[in-house]
Amino acid sequence: MNTGDLSTLMVWGAATAFTVALIAYAVDLARIAEGSQRVKQPALVAAGAGGPVSAAAGSADQRAASRSVRAEGIARSTHFVGIALLFAGIVLRGFAAGRWPTANMYEFTLVAVFWATLILGIVQRRRIIAFLSVVVMGLAVVALVVALNWFYIKADAVQPALQSYWLVLHVGVAISATGIFTVAFGTSVLQVLKSHREEAVLSGGVQRTLSGRRFSWLEQVPSGRELEAMSFRLNAVGFVLWTFTLIGGAVWAEHAWGRYWGWDPKEVGTFVAWVVYAAYLHARTTRGWSGRRASYFVFVGYAVVLMNFTVVNLVVTGKHSYSGL
Amino acid sequence: MSQYRPEGISDVFTEPTEPTEKPVVQGIGLTGWLRWAWRQLTSMRVALLLLMLLAVAAVPGTVWPQRAQHPERVATYLTDHPTLGPVLDRIGAFNVYSSVWFSAIYLLLFVSLVGCILPRTKVHLAGVRGRPPRAPRRFGRFPAQGDGLSDETPERLVQTATDVLRRGWRLLPFVPTYRVETRDEGDGTWSVAGERGYLRETGNLVFHLALVGLLISVATGQVLHYRGQMIVVQGTGFANSEGAYDTFERGTAYSPTSLVPFTLALDDFESRFDPETLASRDFTAHVTLTEPGAQPEKKTIKVNHPLDAGGAKVYLQGNGYAPDLTIDDASGAVVSDGATPFLPQDLVYTSKGVVKVPDVTGGQDQFGLIGFLLPTKKAVQTPNGTAYVSQFPEPNDPILVLNVWKGNLGLDTGVPQNVYELDEARMTQVKDAAGDPVVLVVKPGETVQLPDGLGTLTFNGLKRFVALDLRHDPALVYVLVFALLAFAGLATSLFAPRRRVWMRFAAGDDEHAGRTVVTAAGLARGDDVGLQPEVDRVLAATLAAGQNPDREGTQ
Repeated sequence: MNTGDLSTLMVWGAATAFTVALIAYAVDLARIAEGSQRVKQPALVAAGAGGPVSAAAGSADQRAASRSVRAEGIARSTHFVGIALLFAGIVLRGFAAGRWPTANMYEFTLVAVFWATLILGIVQRRRIIAFLSVVVMGLAVVALVVALNWFYIKADAVQPALQSYWLVLHVGVAISATGIFTVAFGTSVLQVLKSHREEAVLSGGVQRTLSGRRFSWLEQVPSGRELEAMSFRLNAVGFVLWTFTLIGGAVWAEHAWGRYWGWDPKEVGTFVAWVVYAAYLHARTTRGWSGRRASYFVFVGYAVVLMNFTVVNLVVTGKHSYSGL
Repeated sequence: MSQYRPEGISDVFTEPTEPTEKPVVQGIGLTGWLRWAWRQLTSMRVALLLLMLLAVAAVPGTVWPQRAQHPERVATYLTDHPTLGPVLDRIGAFNVYSSVWFSAIYLLLFVSLVGCILPRTKVHLAGVRGRPPRAPRRFGRFPAQGDGLSDETPERLVQTATDVLRRGWRLLPFVPTYRVETRDEGDGTWSVAGERGYLRETGNLVFHLALVGLLISVATGQVLHYRGQMIVVQGTGFANSEGAYDTFERGTAYSPTSLVPFTLALDDFESRFDPETLASRDFTAHVTLTEPGAQPEKKTIKVNHPLDAGGAKVYLQGNGYAPDLTIDDASGAVVSDGATPFLPQDLVYTSKGVVKVPDVTGGQDQFGLIGFLLPTKKAVQTPNGTAYVSQFPEPNDPILVLNVWKGNLGLDTGVPQNVYELDEARMTQVKDAAGDPVVLVVKPGETVQLPDGLGTLTFNGLKRFVALDLRHDPALVYVLVFALLAFAGLATSLFAPRRRVWMRFAAGDDEHAGRTVVTAAGLARGDDVGLQPEVDRVLAATLAAGQNPDREGTQ
């Protein structure tokens, strides 16, 4: 077995660990959902009878009980084992190819998943947000399996156009931005669901489904406002990194292709994503667009980021066709 | 107009203390309409709309081929879609990024940006010179709060608090973090107000203004640039002049004086390929550069490492082989001598080329050779005999496989010809006795007889050629500077916290009689996780500095 095969094995190991983590997070989420359904009635009775103090105390106790400690333990440990395996896989891949491992779609996906899972770990270092983990872990597992089965190519040296330190900077930053956007996307999904539910509770159930028992696990997640703030912080970091990707890419293009901007399909895709995320930042400060409506821009932006990675690399031909497929 | 406040910064942070008047409905005249239109254009809502429009409008450029990048693909598309093609062409689908509608969107966006940023700059400049707003009477409504007790007098404490707030940044100890204002509120009560993070809005404005600078720089570069492309064969060179280029494009205000007359010669070319995957690993062109009035210098050009020459950059964009051929006609006169570039068609450098022989002596037919160069040949048996393919891009075992055409090359028709194509309209292919086209297979060093007594062909050897791309854009450095300014401004505007911190020191009563009651509050622009820790830190530092170690204050 050579280094390249060992790397692939590590990545499969990471995919397996993440799958276990995904299941454990899902179990945790189910337990929370179950718990909040059970809690809902007594808590309301308590609120009616004992006043706000006892209601708060009661629901807080039961809330704590409704989390699955074992599932969370398994999830957290397999999550970090997965990150460690993936990191080892990426490093070995770099050794096998004799260069920085960010030169094709396979490696791009590995590193993006590494960033997304790492950021997820950091975001929930104090408190597990089961739903967010399920979304991000789900995306991570799908991405790894797709990468291993369809994007995989043998670890090898690269063509002259890619032999530059910008392969580390430009691509590395683009990947970390993608990872961060992934977690931010999960946060925004959660924010939309939660804020719908919050409004439903206030206005008496416009959004029936979300206010119903099926979504009662939403009681356990941070408030819509907190999630919005978290999503914004992540997206702001992602946007700054994305801006660097654009500028660094232009500098590299100037070195390699003799022009800093040429409306290559990948350049267009990156530009469109940048504009959409810029619109998101503006929407947040526009009256009538802040909060939930602004997060729709995050959905569009993330969709563009994904399309820019998949469709542009695989379907459209351009100067960024480095998938090696 | 007096209450006009730029949008986007009207949040809790800028909320005026007294309610603003409702805008008065103005008589609609031309100025009224213009003002209304301007307000609309510079509103955040319209900016949002334009941003999304820009994003959508950029997409067709990846769906349909673009003339600026791939004119040949556009031509193919037009032939393949005779009905749809012209319609798309009319609406600019093949020139998206220079189309009227795309330009309209981004120009409107920039007008909107300027219309929004200039008033904000004015407001910001006024704000930067201003003092922090005095401490509000009640701290209850603020997102971050704190309180404490001290045995020090309010006067002493307010001094300590000022020092704490003015303390510099960790990295820049002499630059105070907060701008601080103290106030005697009477009855022995003192308050201190601190404000920091003016850089946040500065960064925001720098970012937007840098975008304008970027647009102007890019446009300037477009107008002043020139770009030439040419093929240079090993052992030959070229002088930097318009006529030397195979293709030359320039901006509308390009001045011929920006074309520095240096000369560049290709001495050697190295290439390296992966033996298994045939993928390229390295290309290096060894050249001699002679700048006007300077000694010749040996240089290299690589992909990713362009050569700076005469204020322009020379890029290595392609490479291939140029067989060195000598052709004698029937009378023995040399009618063609030199290296002819054959253009590579695939990964293994199967290269296609044409040799035209127009200058034959007295009354003979003109003739042309068309065919392929195979750098490393491999014989393949087919039903029609042996055929050759290339199996490796390096010239390990090269051969030329050529067909011969004779007749009129059509060079004197006045229609410009492609040197890499043979115009076969007035020519006939030379065939052998069996009626099959004659195929010449020539190895380096060999001389073969041309059919029909046309003469002889000698394959002297193989030379390399490079395709060079030369570009001069005087605005390049400005583009970079504005891009970096935009980046720095963006990062500052998103990450520099804008905060206000207030503290009040009042003489305690009842159970706290004789001590000082300290209250603190903080306000930040946007979501700021660091606000409460900051208020706590300032409060703790103020209390600790004025504290007797053995009498801990109650928090």
